[in-house]
Amino acid sequence: MATAVGTVGQATQPSKIWSWMTTVDHKKIASLYGITGFTFFLIGGIEALLVRTQLAVPQGNVIDADLYNQLFSTHALTMIFLAIMPLGASFFNYFIPLHIGARDVAFPRLNMLGYWMYLSGGLLLTLSFFFGGAPDGGWFGYAPLSTETYSPGRNMDFYTVSLLILGTSSLIASLNFIVTIINMRAPGMTMMRLPVYMWMTLVVSFLLVLSLPVVTVGMIQLYFDRNFGTNFFLPAEGGDPLLWQHIFWIFGHPEVYVLILPSMGIVSEVIPVMSRKPLFGYAAIVFAGAAIGVLGFGVWSHHMFTTGLGTVPQVVFSASTMAIGIPTGIKIFNWLGTMYGGNIRFNTAMYFAVGFIALFTIGGISGVMHASPAVDTQHQDTYFVVAHIHYVLFGGAIMGIFSGIYFWFPKMTGRFLGESLGKLSFWVIFVGMNATFFPMHFLGISGMPRRIYTYEEGMGWDTWNMVATIGSYILAFGVLLFVINFFKSMRQPQTAGDNPWNAPTLEWATSSPPPEHNFDVVPEVHDRDPLWYNRDHGIELPARPEHLHIHMPPPSYYPMILAGGVLLIGLGLLAHLGVAVAGALVVIYSVWGWALEPTD
Amino acid sequence: MAAAHEVQHHTSTGVDNRKLLMWVFLASECLFFGTLISTYLIFKGESLVPPRPEDVLDIPLTSASTFVLLMSSLTMVLAVYGAQHGRIGMMKGMLLCTVLLGLGFLGFQVYEFMHFVHEGLSLSTNQFGASFYVLTGFHGFHVGIGVLYLTSLLIGSMRRHGLGRDRDLWVDTAGLYWHFVDIVWIVIFTIIYLMPH
Ligand SMILES: [Cu+2]
Repeated sequence: MATAVGTVGQATQPSKIWSWMTTVDHKKIASLYGITGFTFFLIGGIEALLVRTQLAVPQGNVIDADLYNQLFSTHALTMIFLAIMPLGASFFNYFIPLHIGARDVAFPRLNMLGYWMYLSGGLLLTLSFFFGGAPDGGWFGYAPLSTETYSPGRNMDFYTVSLLILGTSSLIASLNFIVTIINMRAPGMTMMRLPVYMWMTLVVSFLLVLSLPVVTVGMIQLYFDRNFGTNFFLPAEGGDPLLWQHIFWIFGHPEVYVLILPSMGIVSEVIPVMSRKPLFGYAAIVFAGAAIGVLGFGVWSHHMFTTGLGTVPQVVFSASTMAIGIPTGIKIFNWLGTMYGGNIRFNTAMYFAVGFIALFTIGGISGVMHASPAVDTQHQDTYFVVAHIHYVLFGGAIMGIFSGIYFWFPKMTGRFLGESLGKLSFWVIFVGMNATFFPMHFLGISGMPRRIYTYEEGMGWDTWNMVATIGSYILAFGVLLFVINFFKSMRQPQTAGDNPWNAPTLEWATSSPPPEHNFDVVPEVHDRDPLWYNRDHGIELPARPEHLHIHMPPPSYYPMILAGGVLLIGLGLLAHLGVAVAGALVVIYSVWGWALEPTD
Repeated sequence: MAAAHEVQHHTSTGVDNRKLLMWVFLASECLFFGTLISTYLIFKGESLVPPRPEDVLDIPLTSASTFVLLMSSLTMVLAVYGAQHGRIGMMKGMLLCTVLLGLGFLGFQVYEFMHFVHEGLSLSTNQFGASFYVLTGFHGFHVGIGVLYLTSLLIGSMRRHGLGRDRDLWVDTAGLYWHFVDIVWIVIFTIIYLMPH
């Protein structure tokens, strides 16, 4: 039973592709999430560039209205569900076990199932362009516009079905992450010694576990409205369009925190390391994160101020929305306090982290403006909101992800990403990002509505639209520089060493890249910054034992088959219910095979 | 080798991973059914055309099916007891009873649905039809999954090594799911059938 290290592919040497397809190693799964997520990030970027190209000049005719609707909707869905969330999941996967001192996640096969279902849902959503049209009702799919009466094509069925699959994938991943963080911590790793990144992961996972089921019901109801003749959302038949909005935003607002909290966690790791001092106000930042998680469920109607909720709900949701700005503000002061008086190393990871703070603050301020129903009514459905959300999601989430990539690249590959090209790409992205999105504030204030595929000349929108389009190309060039940097750096020798940044958390206590079993000896934790504590107290990490008897779970192809069954169910819901039944049988078969598969 | 196993199964909280997974999953399910129930309540009395709840609901019949489901929770408790105390025969017998009672509940539901359709209530008739069928239908779907789940355990327990050394954990975790589905039904029954229309 005591198998040697690296059971994968030892007995029969299966092909490399097969070993990746059946892997249950959290680090390999993280790479799959990362590469797939970045690919979708590029696809979503291309969609955005097409949108910006169309809007560059008044009465542009690059794409028609129908394709425009598909592109802006799919851009949002791709960036949210196929890029930012999976890139977050990639880091979660890689670093949860390493941060808490575990050998893998609690359920390695479920982990792989999450990836396969993500890939299935992502392909379904993206390939819909070629099979009858992609979703064209915005990422929020407002009913009754999204019902069959007003959207007779297959477009919004692709929306409901692929989001159901993607939601299930996130649910599975989140359940796994929660159990892992709560249950698999190394000796001495108490909850209040967890890295802040782990706390943010935990909050994000709980947000998803509690909000995804709500939107799942919404998707089911919309699917039933469109296909089985129910009338949940059609007002003429007694349905209630506001029900959809409530359901969607009870999920949709926590989702915003699902997108931003991982990046807040990343910069909470990067800034102390690069400032060479412990995080300022650990408990405050943890509780602020938890408070954001709780309050995040009580603010959803700020997306609905213009629907006529009545005065009392408006006041309540206005107050709760202002309140949620407080824990967010606390975090910003934590990061600034950490940098204050630190001996700061200004490398690319730190550039992106500081860029994150600056741009996220702008997005946060323009967000809290909309806590006021009066202001919100003025800005509703204008480009001002587009500017806000992109400062949060690009200036916040994506900048944080880039910071994390530069910070952890040495751990994941043993190589550094090039610094000079990195800093250049930071500046190009930073300039491009601001050139693209800052003018949208002006466009919004001067009344340009969102989601219009073209506009008349002489509305006063021409200049800023042109600037935004040029900015988007600069931004794309910056991302291209990053891609070049990645491939260039991957050809460098592995010189990073175990702990190149002299960082305090456990992932830096093992080799770069880490072995399949992560730690030769599971470390004991004495402090919030375990490696700094060990250094200051002269504690040596236990030496590598001569014989490793570490048992890692064997690879499995059942996650792939199960996800294939789920994809069949999805296709069946789009084409013929018979296919869905076949898919259900595949699911049952693979659950059985899964349960009976020996894992020892 | 034994030590390796203990290490593998040791958890920070002492609760087994699989059981914790089930608990967190059930928390998620609460929101799932919460949303379906809210939808039902929002549309209560909003149907534009009959049949309305008071026209079709048969409280004595559904009380009988509710009793069947409640009894299945009792047999589930006994199955868990059997699994935990090594009384394998009792465990198997009670799992079988639970499966049969679950199937009985589903039989009642199929009958009820067919009866309602006969009375002119379909998914597309009115708000009551849509919200009733989707809510109780998804509950029935969960019962069906539970029946498959428990049947799998029953078949597993008939193998040469039975359910293995994690026997009580398997049955206990399945029990959590089963009781949850049962409790959800109590809420649904109260809201749809017992609350005044
Ligand atoms: Cu919001």
